[in-house]
Amino acid sequence: MAKRTPLYDEHVAHNAKLVDFAGWDMPIDYGSQIAEHKAVRENVGMFDVSHMSVVDISGPDAREFLSGVLANDIAKADDVGRAIYTCLLNTRGGVIDDLIVYHLGDDFYRIVVNAATTEKDMAWLSSQARDFDMNLAHREDLAIIAVQGPRARELAGVALDDELAERARKLKPFEALSTDTLSIGRTGYTGEDGFEIILPASDARSLWRQLNSAGVVPVGLGARDTLRLEAGLNLYGQDMDEDRTPLESGLGWTVAFKPAERAFVGREALEHAREEGVSHKLVGLVLEERGVMRSHSAVREAGSDNDDAEAAEGEVTSGSYAPTLARSIGLARVPVDWDDTVEVRIRDKWLAARIVKPPFVRNGKSRLEQD
Amino acid sequence: MSDIPKDLSYTKTHEWIGNDGDGTITVGITDYAQSSLGDLVFVELPETGTKVSAGDAVAVVESVKAASDIYAPVDGEIAEINEELADSPERVNEDAFGQGWLFKISIEDESALDDLLDADAYKAIVEDEED
Repeated sequence: MAKRTPLYDEHVAHNAKLVDFAGWDMPIDYGSQIAEHKAVRENVGMFDVSHMSVVDISGPDAREFLSGVLANDIAKADDVGRAIYTCLLNTRGGVIDDLIVYHLGDDFYRIVVNAATTEKDMAWLSSQARDFDMNLAHREDLAIIAVQGPRARELAGVALDDELAERARKLKPFEALSTDTLSIGRTGYTGEDGFEIILPASDARSLWRQLNSAGVVPVGLGARDTLRLEAGLNLYGQDMDEDRTPLESGLGWTVAFKPAERAFVGREALEHAREEGVSHKLVGLVLEERGVMRSHSAVREAGSDNDDAEAAEGEVTSGSYAPTLARSIGLARVPVDWDDTVEVRIRDKWLAARIVKPPFVRNGKSRLEQD
Repeated sequence: MSDIPKDLSYTKTHEWIGNDGDGTITVGITDYAQSSLGDLVFVELPETGTKVSAGDAVAVVESVKAASDIYAPVDGEIAEINEELADSPERVNEDAFGQGWLFKISIEDESALDDLLDADAYKAIVEDEED
């Protein structure tokens, strides 16, 4: 039987269409994925992301351990209450997972990793942690609720108790607070403002209902995907994987090569890749015609006479329909020297598209030049 | 369980057919189909005047999830299309059997309609798929 989060009964009560996601029964939508997407862009919505995993790292060597195992520099989060986004690399420079790490207290860090990669992440982190004085704890007793949208912080404040609401109100983007039992980060995966609240599973239903009473609507994983795509955010397993480096996945900015003395897993491989010259780049695509590009759609340069999709040099990694833009967008991996006009293979036709720099949407509005 | 009006006919590819009584039929997709597809984002309809044969793929409905071909249930000619769907494809989700109609076909052979499924037969197909 598939796993269920502490909020499963809430999803059923809200008429969720449930699907299997990485072995969990999760809500793909509650009636209309597009309405839910728009609710987050224009107002506020909440996601149950308790299928993702919280891993707490504590002990005297916690910081040193993270410094050596994360591609971004944990020193950027030296102030308690800071968070950073980073890749976890293997020795070939390939991406094992992407994650956010929160510095919540002295010798105490919390990371949130993807559901589908949890087992291999834990195995990797455990193997890397062996000689360090620290503790690694997969917190299966916690739930995660993300509240996102321009009114997210306002309405989350209504649902939280006064003291907590006051502390949360003061958080700047990528800052976090913690109490004995929960943590709140001003982070998210939608391109909108908001919080990600990590709390005891036993308290999750109560908070979910309080948020709902305050006017926050439930939003499913379908909208979560179209929101993150509009925001230009990568999805592990599609936009990057163990055989791709951050440099060819639009994530070069998350790798801290400086300071030069910081050794981290994958460093040599990435430096070597940079010297050789990275051959592919991850770009944003906007389809100029009616249709929807999807993962694995072939991409060729405009004017190319190659009609064979299998031989195309570019590939869509993530593709969908963008409700805010009323057209299809995607992320694609293409050769670094390509110009901006391309064509995407959709249902036996090559349709015109153009390369743009993500994000596609910012502050709820399209960033595209022509509309 | 989705709605399956008794006064319509059906195909196993989830189209519904209404007999307009004047030599034309109206075709759409069922409530079950729109629910499976999710929110529609594009609907591609044939041109009026196009001659079609039963089983031809004549239209496409595309949702965030997937694209799906729509098949002509009988031989005939496209008499009218639902122009509203170009700007408002969500009509199909909101009202699959009513305002979400896709196109009308003018037919010569009314007896071809006898080969279509009735509501009970279609219901059995849906129940099978849902298992």
